[in-house]
Amino acid sequence: MRRFSWFNATSLTLGFAFLYLPMIILVIYSFNRSQLVTVWAGFSTRWYGELLTNQEFLDAAWVTLKVAVFSSTLATVLGTMAAYAIVRMGRFPGRTLFSGMIYAPLVMPEVITGLSLLLLFIGIGLDRGVLTIVLAHTTFSMCYVSVVVSSRLANFDRALEEAALDLGCSPFDAFRLVTLPIIAPAVISGWLLAFTLSLDDLVIASFTTGPSATTLPIKIFSSIRLGVSPEINALSTVLIGIVTVGVITASLISKRAAVQAERETRAGERTTG
Amino acid sequence: MAQPSPKPKPSPETAVFEPWNDPEAKPLIEFRNVTKRFGEFTAIDDLSLRIYEREFFALLGPSGCGKTTMMRMLAGFEAPTEGHILLGGQAIDTVPPNKRAVNMMFQSYALFPHLTVFDNIAFGLRRESRDDEKIEARVEEMLRLTRLSKFASRKPHQISGGQRQRVALARSLAKAPKLLLLDEPLGALDKKLREETQFELMDIQEKTGTTFVIVTHDQEEAMTVASRVAVMDEGRIVQVATPEVIYEAPNSVYVADFIGDVNLIRGTAKARGEGTAPAANEAPQEEAPGTTAPPASAPAPATGRHDPQPNAMGRWLHDRLLSPVIGPRRDQPKALPAPEAAAELPPPAPAPESATDIPEGGIEIHWSEGAAPIVASSGDPALDGQQVVLSLRPEKVSIAKEKPQAHNALPGRVIDIAYLGNISTYHVELPDGTMIKAQMANTRRIARRDITWEDEVWVSFTATAGVVLTE
Amino acid sequence: MRRLIIVAVPYLWLLALFLIPFLIVLKISLSDIALARPPYMPQLDLSGGWQAIRDFVSQLDFENFVFLTTDDLYWKAYLSSLRIAAVATFITLLVGYPIAYAMARATPEWRPTLLMLVILPFWTSFLIRVYSWMGILGNEGVLNQVLLWAGLITEPLQILNTTTAVYIGIVYTYLPFMILPIYSTLERMDESLLEAAEDLGCSRLSAFWLVTFPLSRNGIVAGCFLVFIPAIGEFVIPSLLGGSQTLMIGKVLWEEFFNNRDWPVASAVAVVLLLILIIPIVLFQRTEEKAREAER
Repeated sequence: MRRFSWFNATSLTLGFAFLYLPMIILVIYSFNRSQLVTVWAGFSTRWYGELLTNQEFLDAAWVTLKVAVFSSTLATVLGTMAAYAIVRMGRFPGRTLFSGMIYAPLVMPEVITGLSLLLLFIGIGLDRGVLTIVLAHTTFSMCYVSVVVSSRLANFDRALEEAALDLGCSPFDAFRLVTLPIIAPAVISGWLLAFTLSLDDLVIASFTTGPSATTLPIKIFSSIRLGVSPEINALSTVLIGIVTVGVITASLISKRAAVQAERETRAGERTTG
Repeated sequence: MAQPSPKPKPSPETAVFEPWNDPEAKPLIEFRNVTKRFGEFTAIDDLSLRIYEREFFALLGPSGCGKTTMMRMLAGFEAPTEGHILLGGQAIDTVPPNKRAVNMMFQSYALFPHLTVFDNIAFGLRRESRDDEKIEARVEEMLRLTRLSKFASRKPHQISGGQRQRVALARSLAKAPKLLLLDEPLGALDKKLREETQFELMDIQEKTGTTFVIVTHDQEEAMTVASRVAVMDEGRIVQVATPEVIYEAPNSVYVADFIGDVNLIRGTAKARGEGTAPAANEAPQEEAPGTTAPPASAPAPATGRHDPQPNAMGRWLHDRLLSPVIGPRRDQPKALPAPEAAAELPPPAPAPESATDIPEGGIEIHWSEGAAPIVASSGDPALDGQQVVLSLRPEKVSIAKEKPQAHNALPGRVIDIAYLGNISTYHVELPDGTMIKAQMANTRRIARRDITWEDEVWVSFTATAGVVLTE
Repeated sequence: MRRLIIVAVPYLWLLALFLIPFLIVLKISLSDIALARPPYMPQLDLSGGWQAIRDFVSQLDFENFVFLTTDDLYWKAYLSSLRIAAVATFITLLVGYPIAYAMARATPEWRPTLLMLVILPFWTSFLIRVYSWMGILGNEGVLNQVLLWAGLITEPLQILNTTTAVYIGIVYTYLPFMILPIYSTLERMDESLLEAAEDLGCSRLSAFWLVTFPLSRNGIVAGCFLVFIPAIGEFVIPSLLGGSQTLMIGKVLWEEFFNNRDWPVASAVAVVLLLILIIPIVLFQRTEEKAREAER
């Protein structure tokens, strides 16, 4: 590579070191035997064992998982509908307000979203707990889903839907048989995004939760305010591990699918050429 | 799914396929004073048109002329703002696209990328029938018709562009629609494949007996495939006629200029001689026939229109290019557009009665100070004193070194020669600066051609070669 | 009918759970604090009819907003949020640009891997990434230990619980948002442009300043907005890394609400924060639109 200089190699090395070293250090110290995080006292998996027996963390993890699954699924349905409405419905009354409401949560500070939803739930007398967190998470993550899906929809050849109508599909069948299979990758990544956002959210969950439901980020936050602890390091390592494995698997799968498609295309070209 | 049962075509010897000349014929498609507006913009302006069963009808025009809007209205993706569209005598303005016996082949082909070729073709059939055996049989039939049987299990991205085009055609024909719409169907193919596919399309159209309406901006394509061509401009139809009439007798400068190569000579008309019969129509019509009356119901002018005499080039062009295309489809004199075909539209410039070799009537066109006027026997003497345009096809212009014996012979100088293989085009500059294009068939080898750059030459054409138009 | 449902369901959802809550915030910001449940007044009682509504409206005032201007804490917090966000954005640009540039210059086989390495932290918990710095920057943290061991310092540096730690936290967590848009503009850039510039007599460095940098402007602007806008309202980073020293408005709002239970003032803080954010958001929208038009 002509332009790949030492300067570039250095900036990549330093850049990725900056991005990954803190996490690597965190992982290393999660295997520290000592109670004091900063003093290395030998290798141990002691903190992982303690983590597994810590009922509070396990409960919080379970709540978080439930919230994430429900809210991301609901957000995917709503977000896909919203994307379809924005991209395909043309003009309808209140369209400007609608698209504004879809984009606003993306730039809205979490503290404001959380505060406003809490005030609503109090105003209508809804008991705060898992349900309110699900409602809150669905609201902001549906906007992310709709952005992801609408960018795919906008690139989608409209003629495909028209062809389906032309061949006798009802509009709903055209969506089910043609649009949905084609935008499926975007819908799936929208779901994954919503799921991650929900797993990760601290601020909005803190505002909208009640005493009955503590999510993992809330639990982690309240523990680490007191300082660094080896148990949190262990928990973080587990979470980092899950995400890393998940992302790498997903990218390997999509890479293989791409390679497969390319092979098929080549095979097609060979016999048709 | 009904099998398509093409009615046996009347053999060319016994009957001419010209339903638009038959006042009894019922149109398959009728546009009745259709207007389509998009906000402020008028895409289609009070347009009327009839298309008959088994026609291969071309909508031809530059982009933005409204041809695609007409097609989308036929398919049901747009509704007319005013007026009605009738299919088989019934208004279909409010029928949604999925309930119309009309199918469309999309410009981008719109093949479903997640389905195989087989499933793409079966897609429409499965919407209305659950009988897998019948569907399969029909798909097999379409695969055979389009020579795609080998590729049935491929996905669209695994086949070539030409094959994709055929899948799109097979898919839109599978339901045996009354009407097939083709939106620039060959635009994505390279030139050679496009020409092959044009003949394939015509072949399939004849085999299935389906009415085809094709939208294109490529005049050659329209001329090749269509039984009739509608030339459109700014939401109106300028002329509807057979390709021969469009080419040989355009009704306006716009059509003459849009179709093929043309010399346009502007000048003042002067009535010539006496004893010509008064013309049936007062003045040449410029508006689209659609704005006045549908062509089929237009009063057919009875009086003998003068047939343009083709020169060698014109005959060659017709025999080689047009007749393989339209020859087997209708019975027509080999070298001339049928007078019936010509009469199908209001004649652009009603011709004088006389049709002798040295015509008496017509007009003289004074086109340049000090130059001899051009004799145009097809000109209407009633144009006397008006500004006219003589439209003259290059292949009807001869070029010679000696002054030929001809009504219209103009001196000039060869500026440019474009050698196109079978023919050459000479660009000749007349003394007043007008450029005239003349085409000659290259019957001799190139080294022996005697006309070259900077030569003083004479261009000549007969009194009947040009068409007189007003602007 | 189905068309109506497709629009109506998400529309109503957003109206109920986004717009109305915000209107409630607006209303409460005009109310007064009260020792009650909920802790503000007046309360709207619709059963009272028109008279009640009129009374209700007449009791709303801008007192809380006046209060925000009179108490130092708030306007200082706003200003310091803006300053911290701006400085952090600039540092992120300085750190992110060389990385994006190097990625765009890497061989095409490497690019997907590098891209994934940038995106991976984004999927990892934000909270954990901020937390990881607590163990590094603390007085007995890894950084101080390394520096002491190397003999560069004799006393541990106080980094955690200072504004410096907040800068580090923002740069670290928002770096991918800066790298990705810059990378995508640089990657699309035609390399022959640089060759042309050198052919016309530019040195490599001046080719960079005269060609590459101006052409990546859209990516830079997008990246800066993507860091700046969320950084203003940031809560987690200042509260974990900034300590009591660092004043940021997101933290002030949180404390006003949870610690002081002054809902009307917290609401007023939120309304003003939103008004401040509207400017960069509108600017961002406009530059994005321009960039999109230019691409057409």
